[in-house]
Amino acid sequence: MSIKEIQEEIIADFAFFSDWMEKYEYIIELGKSLPLINDTYKDEAHLIKGCQSRVWLHAEMDGDVVRFSADSDAIITRGIIALLIRVLSGQPPEAIGQADLYFIDRIGLKEHLSPTRANGLVSMVKQMKLYGVALAAIEK
Amino acid sequence: MQPLPSLLDYPVEVLRQQFPLLQTTMNGKPLVFLDSAASSQKPQMVLEALDHYYRYTHANVHRGVYTLSQEATEAYEQGRRIARRFLNAAHDEEVLFVRGTTEAINLVAASYGRKYLQHGNEILLSGLEHHSNIVPWQLIAEATGAQIRVVPVLDNGELDLDAYRKLLGDRTRMVAVAHVSNTLGTINPVEEIIRLAHDRGVPVLLDGAQAAPHTTIDVQALDVDFYAFSGHKVYGPTGIGILYGKKKWLEELPPYQGGGEMIAQVTFEKTTYAELPHKFEAGTPDISGAVGLGAALQFVMDAGREAIALHEARLLEYTTGNLLEIDGLRIYGTAAEKAGVVSFLVDDIHPYDMGTILDQLGIAVRTGHHCTQPLMDRFGIPGTVRASFGMYNTREDVDRLITGVRKAVRMLK
Repeated sequence: MSIKEIQEEIIADFAFFSDWMEKYEYIIELGKSLPLINDTYKDEAHLIKGCQSRVWLHAEMDGDVVRFSADSDAIITRGIIALLIRVLSGQPPEAIGQADLYFIDRIGLKEHLSPTRANGLVSMVKQMKLYGVALAAIEK
Repeated sequence: MQPLPSLLDYPVEVLRQQFPLLQTTMNGKPLVFLDSAASSQKPQMVLEALDHYYRYTHANVHRGVYTLSQEATEAYEQGRRIARRFLNAAHDEEVLFVRGTTEAINLVAASYGRKYLQHGNEILLSGLEHHSNIVPWQLIAEATGAQIRVVPVLDNGELDLDAYRKLLGDRTRMVAVAHVSNTLGTINPVEEIIRLAHDRGVPVLLDGAQAAPHTTIDVQALDVDFYAFSGHKVYGPTGIGILYGKKKWLEELPPYQGGGEMIAQVTFEKTTYAELPHKFEAGTPDISGAVGLGAALQFVMDAGREAIALHEARLLEYTTGNLLEIDGLRIYGTAAEKAGVVSFLVDDIHPYDMGTILDQLGIAVRTGHHCTQPLMDRFGIPGTVRASFGMYNTREDVDRLITGVRKAVRMLK
């Protein structure tokens, strides 16, 4: 599935939730189920510092697609990371670099991707796209 | 001894009505505002004072011969006189308008440091300081070759006074500590800290940012050399604060910034400086801020600082007792003397997650390291959830917090 198709799928999933509690309970569940980043990557070099929560991110090529793995010390941040990985992991680097991640806004989680939140997510999205751009350049 | 008046005697509902923002909602729920330690809400009379000033009194201060300028000057200086009464300072000119506690400490560190600090001198801070009372000293230490020494924090959040006595030495040139900790709520024994420093001829700066909203301050009784606080934490506007300095120090210290207002005579060869307090107030000051701060401090004094302190102490006790009934909840900062804030964590739940759920429930708390990273390292935690109180908080606010924390724990575990 393309980045756009996966985003549409997530938006449809979230349409079922009737209130904020159901939505957050789902995000918390996602946070619990996130495949953990390999511990060797959970180091200073993979750390994205946020004032409120910390995020670790690793990317590698798998054939002609990029695989992301990530973690955070806060579970709601992890849940949102799980959504970002669902959208961007397994996609070709060029598509990642150009991705318009509109789903965050549509499912009402925009505030978590606000720079003032300082949870590391804004920097993480930037970093994921940067990986896309860089890996696409290497491919060429 | 007189029996303490009951919580019911304090007119919290009447006071609360004075704060328009407290009547609003957040995420569709009536706002529970428990972040006054970061910044308090503003009463009607402060908003009206600001509006009135700009509508009817505004002109630049101190320079105009025309009536309006004199009225603006009078309004500005009235703010200073109220601040002097608030601190019980001996003279108006010992009370300087600054942008806030941060600028106040930067001013003292820079001006005092330039004149008195040399290589090998020591500045004594404590382990519970806000970054604002650490970094300005680091800057001047770097410039002068002075060293920073740190009074350790005990497990209950009190300062280790025995260590303090030992750290105070022949090389100590300044002691700078918080009056009340913004993260733990500890009220430090500042009388003793000042007495011990003065025994060795060392001046003391108190960071009063968290004390000013909760306690009565008497700089003469304390005999403190410098006292700093921010207006916006005492129900006043943002961008204005006070630095109190003993006259003998302010006369000695070089100016912090140069510009208009602070000069007596300027030629390209030599400039002489204005009298106190103008020597430290370069440029057009925050006139409306001074007016608003005056209104806020008057409001606090009229409400009665003892009554506010008692109300907040009871709320703190009520909150602490109820929080401790939650399984796995730990409170950071259990000093005998506390004011204004309670910091906690529940099991391994991250403060960010707790804060996010509470936000959805309409409850504003602060999460994170509260600009006290060395203190968080001391306790080996990334941050805490902090609830803090103002004169307007009620038991209902606390009940909503407790219910919210229980709900968040159920969701996050």
